[in-house]
Amino acid sequence: MASPSKLQHLNVEKIRADFPVLDQEVRPGVPLVYLDSGATSQKPASVIEVMDRYYRTQNANIHRGVYKMAEQSTEDYEMARGKVAQFIGAAKPKEIVFTRNATESVNLVAYSWGRGNLNKGDVVVLTEMEHHANIVPWQMLAAEKGIRLEYIPVNDEGLLDMDALPGLLEMKPKLVSYTAMSNVMGTITPIAEITRMAKEVGAVTLIDGAQSVPHLPINVTELGVDFLVFSSHKMLGPTGLGVLYGREELLEAMPPFLGGGDMIKRVQLHEFSTNSVPHKFEAGTPAIAEVIGLGAAIDYLNAVGMDAIAAHDHELTEHALDRLAEVPGVWVFGPSAEHKSSNAAFTLKGAHPHDVAEILNREGVAVRAGHHCAMPVHEKFGVPATTRASFYLYNTKAEVDHFIEAIYKVKEIFG
Amino acid sequence: MANMDDLYREVIIDRYQNPQFSGTLDPHDYSYHDDNPVCGDHIRIDLRVDENDIVTEALFSGEGCSISQASADLLMEKINGMPLDEVRKIGKQDILDLLGIELGPVRLKCALLSLKVLKGGVYGLDEVMSLDELAAS
Repeated sequence: MASPSKLQHLNVEKIRADFPVLDQEVRPGVPLVYLDSGATSQKPASVIEVMDRYYRTQNANIHRGVYKMAEQSTEDYEMARGKVAQFIGAAKPKEIVFTRNATESVNLVAYSWGRGNLNKGDVVVLTEMEHHANIVPWQMLAAEKGIRLEYIPVNDEGLLDMDALPGLLEMKPKLVSYTAMSNVMGTITPIAEITRMAKEVGAVTLIDGAQSVPHLPINVTELGVDFLVFSSHKMLGPTGLGVLYGREELLEAMPPFLGGGDMIKRVQLHEFSTNSVPHKFEAGTPAIAEVIGLGAAIDYLNAVGMDAIAAHDHELTEHALDRLAEVPGVWVFGPSAEHKSSNAAFTLKGAHPHDVAEILNREGVAVRAGHHCAMPVHEKFGVPATTRASFYLYNTKAEVDHFIEAIYKVKEIFG
Repeated sequence: MANMDDLYREVIIDRYQNPQFSGTLDPHDYSYHDDNPVCGDHIRIDLRVDENDIVTEALFSGEGCSISQASADLLMEKINGMPLDEVRKIGKQDILDLLGIELGPVRLKCALLSLKVLKGGVYGLDEVMSLDELAAS
């Protein structure tokens, strides 16, 4: 990770002015402190405006019409695909498939690549800190095809137990699928090391970047990873849109996922031939305005700079963990600040996470409480639920301080 | 939606911190448990009834927020000594009356989890409404 001291500090006040939703009070005199970007990020005006302009001035379906608006929409849509490719260091835009969300991207790989390449007894390695989206699709495939799921354990610190990986790789897994950043603990996993080791035994690799891609720079070509999934809405873009990066060779060999329009080359009454990659995987009219919106979100992230964002998010996390450590009765979930980013999940003795979140809400602080779609890792640590504050480029240290003060209010009520 | 001082009325905090009807019964005549999938809250209810189908003992166990735990505790108190016929008639409004507060849609489900579990126990699984249906009832 880049050293924060070498980087220019973000001008957060200027950034905040670009996010209309942040400028509001939850009640008179109580400003919104939005600390739930791990669930979904807020959107800059540039993203909202580009989508608004699309609907007001050029709405037309893509890859079909020959009139000007349709051509413009197709061009904008494909240009956004190029921006996404460049953003993650993909070699070609055709390696980018648009889906509904990161969850659908994992399901696409499980359904298409998984069904075609995994057979009874084949091993798939996951980690114990996965989001349900990178567990359940494989469990479904296990039920259908009899594949075996193995997990890289999480150690007491909340890090992946990398000592266990060589043993798991001796089982010659066909796939190693792992998160780059835990959505609960914020743990940044050693993706370069895992990818390299997995490839050495011939495994296909998939990275769940839903949490990491918004916060940390990534280069899929340098990494050599086969698949990367992430969601637009967590990286300043609109909802309803996910991304699947797949290495060209793999995408070419995979059967289609959903059948319908746009994914075909030719259809006869009893057979069809598939369109080329990536269109083979984009059946039906896609989320055109959203894709264009994601393009604008990427422009915004690039203008601020991903290294600077990573440093800022890490600094806020460090500050939050320092402050949380001062509060008696608080237990922070996951590793120390050096191994995590953007995230501080915790429990408070004597108060249930739902109650904590409710009282924080009264103080204007928006956080998430629950199991965060990662029940196994909660179970591992014996906590049914946690309260999670998550940070992004528009958050300030003052907001983190306000959040800490609000926790003291919880303590007042629950004594 | 209730303001915070109402939401965290003394009785709720007190029942949460010092429940009067927490525990399990072995043996029991009825036992049922369920989760709120949204937040992972979990409640189990055990009942003993006499030969006239009157509840003689009712205890709950599990984990959850102050609203779910306090409403479970108050509900156990209410059904102690109550004929099962009447227990079956308890509805959403009875729970809200016990708590004495109004609740938003999310916390309403916290409050109704114990009722759902109770109904699961006394009606059997198939006839029970989901939390969403109970909340809308």
